[in-house]
Amino acid sequence: MLSIDALQVTYGGAVQAVRGISMEVPDDAVVAVLGSNGAGKTTLLRTISGTLRLHRGRVDAGTVCFDGEDVTGRDPGQIVRRGVVQVPEGRRIFGRLTVEENLRAGGMGNRDRAAKAAAHARVHDLFPVLAERSSQRAGLLSGGEQQMLAIGRALMASPRLLLLDEPSLGLAPRVIGQIGEVVAEINRQGTSVLLVEQNATMALGVADLAYVLDVGRVSLSGAARELAATDEVQRLYLGSDSGAASPAPRERGGRAPRRTLSRWTA
Amino acid sequence: MTQFLSLLLNGVSLGAIYALIALGFVIIFKASEVVSFTQGSLLLLGAYTMARLSGPIGFLPAVLVGILVTALAAFLIERLVINRLRGAPVISLAIVTIGVDIILLTELIRRIGPDILNVPHPWGGESVRIGGVGISQNRLIAMVVAGLLIVVFFVLFKYSSWGVAMRASAEDGETAALMGIRQGRVSAVAWIVAGALAAVAALFLVGAPTPGVSAAAYTVALRAFPAAILGGLDSTGGALVGGLLIGLAESFAAGYQEHLLFLGRGFGEVVPYVVMIAVLLVRPSGLFGTKELTRV
Repeated sequence: MLSIDALQVTYGGAVQAVRGISMEVPDDAVVAVLGSNGAGKTTLLRTISGTLRLHRGRVDAGTVCFDGEDVTGRDPGQIVRRGVVQVPEGRRIFGRLTVEENLRAGGMGNRDRAAKAAAHARVHDLFPVLAERSSQRAGLLSGGEQQMLAIGRALMASPRLLLLDEPSLGLAPRVIGQIGEVVAEINRQGTSVLLVEQNATMALGVADLAYVLDVGRVSLSGAARELAATDEVQRLYLGSDSGAASPAPRERGGRAPRRTLSRWTA
Repeated sequence: MTQFLSLLLNGVSLGAIYALIALGFVIIFKASEVVSFTQGSLLLLGAYTMARLSGPIGFLPAVLVGILVTALAAFLIERLVINRLRGAPVISLAIVTIGVDIILLTELIRRIGPDILNVPHPWGGESVRIGGVGISQNRLIAMVVAGLLIVVFFVLFKYSSWGVAMRASAEDGETAALMGIRQGRVSAVAWIVAGALAAVAALFLVGAPTPGVSAAAYTVALRAFPAAILGGLDSTGGALVGGLLIGLAESFAAGYQEHLLFLGRGFGEVVPYVVMIAVLLVRPSGLFGTKELTRV
């Protein structure tokens, strides 16, 4: 469905954020992308969605193909209409608009009225709280509800591939569990998902395949279940006992690996 | 008391016209983050077109063409200049609009020359009395038309897809783009609407009690800027309240001039700016403006 080949991205002509990433999102799959801050996860999503230019970023090499068509460098509207929709990091809901208006804004790229009505019903079905609060200002929702609104807003465009950028960020463990269930349910209804996360427990729990990024490159990839069992993922992302007891060893050009957010899932 | 009511009515009418101009100013700012000083010359362009065409093609067609021409001019300014400078500092963009404004204004003044141009309003320059309170017919019609337009504007802004897209885009442009909302289109539509509103304001501003189309109509339009600023640069409701406040202040200052003689003659002309400064001293981001206007 989505295929990324040897992608290289720089910001402002100087900072190389992605240094040759290749990955595949097969039809109907949930694919997790793990990595610490600065690994290139958000840059990857910006490149797919076409918002790189807003951040003075540029694709130096490589391609992003969706359904066999090269969509590298297309504007965000064209990407949305092809069925690839992103839920940005930090939710970025329109706080001054009502919940319902946020959903309307999400459906703006969706020309098909019937599809929009079906998407709206699906969103209210997945997130009943959004139906209850439809006329409330979105800025007044709790963090978890805002994340649900951000996902619901993206679903309004009837995506075939949903891109999620750290949906668990800043949420309570119980809510993170709910987000995981929602991702699984969305996938069960026929939407592929590319899930970028620092929370490896949740991500590897719902994903079929996973990639681990490290400083702009893919350092590990494979079936999510197998990846979760590897020493490196255990140590860096799942917070095994040995990692918690002693400082993580330095590796890869002297960078100290972060034990990313593992305490939140403990 | 009669004088008070008369000044009140005239002030509301003038304020409604200012509100039309200020609304254009505010939606341009919301949609493209440009403080646009082109409203004055756009307004004069509308008035000039209406005055020149009223003879050959008749009043109503001339008004419609005038609105279209002004909206088109605003659209072209957005496409040819503002859109190409996206990402430039806000201050540079504001100065650019001053440049565009001066070019357009100079050309219009050259064209008007020594002529006294009039828009032949079919309702003429007569006054009507409502329960002893006098107001020119022009101002009365202006109040009704501007009031209707303002209601239509707010209904569309609140409920139409354009309105939702516009507000979403104003709040977070990048995220709106991720929803497939085209920022270029939102911005272009805002400029078109602002141009059309300026032209409607022009139609009434050059009628009684103001004499004809001249560069003076331009300075009148400038008073809509303090209206937009004191209401809050990014608030459409603020533009309405600001417009009315400025209109009333000007009307009362002019009407009670003899009591204000110690301030000198023509105090009414500067009162919009005095009110603006007074409001901003108390509320720096305007009556209804968002505290943080700068986005990164």
